[in-house]
Amino acid sequence: MSALFAAASADADIYVAQNVFFGLIAITMIWAALRVVTTSNVVHAALWLVVVLGGVAVQFLFLGAEFVAVTQVLVYIGAVIVLFLFGVMLTRASMGADESVAREKRTMATVTAVLLFAVMAVALIDSFEDVRLVIDEPQSTTLVSDSIFSQYIVPFEAVSVLLLAALVGAIVVARRD
Amino acid sequence: MIDATILLGELAYWQQTSLRVVGGLAAVLLIAGTLVYLHLFKLVSFMQSRLGPMEAGPFGSLQLLAEVGKFLQKEDLVPRKADRFVFLAAPFVVLVSTFLLVVVVPWGPDAWFVDSDIGIYLAMAVSSVSVIGILMAGWGSASKYSLLGGLRATGQLIAYELPLILAVIGVVIQAGTMNMQLIVTAQADGAIFGWDGIGNPYILTQGVGFLLFMIAMQAELTQTPFDMPIAESELVTGYMTEYSGMRFLLFFIGEFATAGVFSAIAAVLFLGGWYVPGIDSDDNILNVIGPLVMLTKVVGLTFLVFWFRFTFPRFREDQLQKLAWKVLIPVALANIVATGILKVAF
Repeated sequence: MSALFAAASADADIYVAQNVFFGLIAITMIWAALRVVTTSNVVHAALWLVVVLGGVAVQFLFLGAEFVAVTQVLVYIGAVIVLFLFGVMLTRASMGADESVAREKRTMATVTAVLLFAVMAVALIDSFEDVRLVIDEPQSTTLVSDSIFSQYIVPFEAVSVLLLAALVGAIVVARRD
Repeated sequence: MIDATILLGELAYWQQTSLRVVGGLAAVLLIAGTLVYLHLFKLVSFMQSRLGPMEAGPFGSLQLLAEVGKFLQKEDLVPRKADRFVFLAAPFVVLVSTFLLVVVVPWGPDAWFVDSDIGIYLAMAVSSVSVIGILMAGWGSASKYSLLGGLRATGQLIAYELPLILAVIGVVIQAGTMNMQLIVTAQADGAIFGWDGIGNPYILTQGVGFLLFMIAMQAELTQTPFDMPIAESELVTGYMTEYSGMRFLLFFIGEFATAGVFSAIAAVLFLGGWYVPGIDSDDNILNVIGPLVMLTKVVGLTFLVFWFRFTFPRFREDQLQKLAWKVLIPVALANIVATGILKVAF
């Protein structure tokens, strides 16, 4: 990794290789994301989602954020998708196409997606318009942990309490007695 | 990142990468072959008073090639109702996750594939990807046995991934790093009550963690007594039922290679990795001895895995889940708290 970054920053400010691969992976991700919402098989949708989330992890790697990339794989691919697939297979894992999956509420979903995209695009362009991201070396995990446990300790604790509450709440809801 | 050896310094980035890929393939396939021959063909045959391979080559050592040849010439069957792409891709997802696991294991002071700050965390993350492959195999086969096997496997792998990761956290706290290479040197530079003759292998201070890791590892590998997912008396072979020929061989290699790689990770975390007491920990000779030391430790640890596999009866599904959630995870959490307190106190 660092050899790659060093080579890139040595000859120019533009990371050519990174940009090319960013484009290729972004195109793959967009294609996969479209397949997630257009495929009529729930399991296929989940598997396409793996491609999208894996692509996000690779993009994080290109930004030098190793820790975030690996967390992305561990949490989203290793846990969220697996639970999703597990739930689908326990309930309605039909092999063929299930027309009702893709057709229901398609208009509202499209509207929501377009609005969400617009809001995020405007927010991102507004805040990062001319900022140049300089990446000389991968972000060290020590740095991440130091900032979590000093500067961001309050949000971190708040999030963990919130997750605990959600966990307890889920058990209370699921219990029958 | 630590500077590579002079040899590697002279090679271009892509040349180093190709070398590492070849090395990774060798590490996975050689270890898988060694384990199949030593443990499955020979050791277990002695335990169960079977003959085991004797005819092919000296001590039956060519039996392995014969088996591979047998699988390669079998027809690659796909059930008619199966989801073709998902069915065909599943074994590769499982195998790729194994190949990605091996890259974090250090074999000597300069003999590493990836020297990353997040080493052990990366290993835990990619090991969880194989679950998707198993679910793909279970669902894609369009068979009830396969689906049940896949579901059982997933339930089990999720349950035992937690104690596995929690057991590792004790080591990470004590070493103060997630870098596998630095975990080895932390053990090499450590001392037992001031005596630094053999460093401080973490099995001494993290004995509980080691036990938890080995139990959870046995379950992650779906080896008996945790082989509910492929219980042959109920489910034929679970999610592998519909596979034949080359793709069955891929699952088979994946099973043994993962056993080897997980043992290598356990050897690094708890047994001191490639370090040999008495030799300076950045001595160049360790690049030669280190891999052999690691291989010895891997064979020793996998011996335990296969010993358990062939001598224990199978857990029932509810017992299996109870063990994970009610015993292993609380013990692992207590271990983390104790390690944390002792780390601050000393």
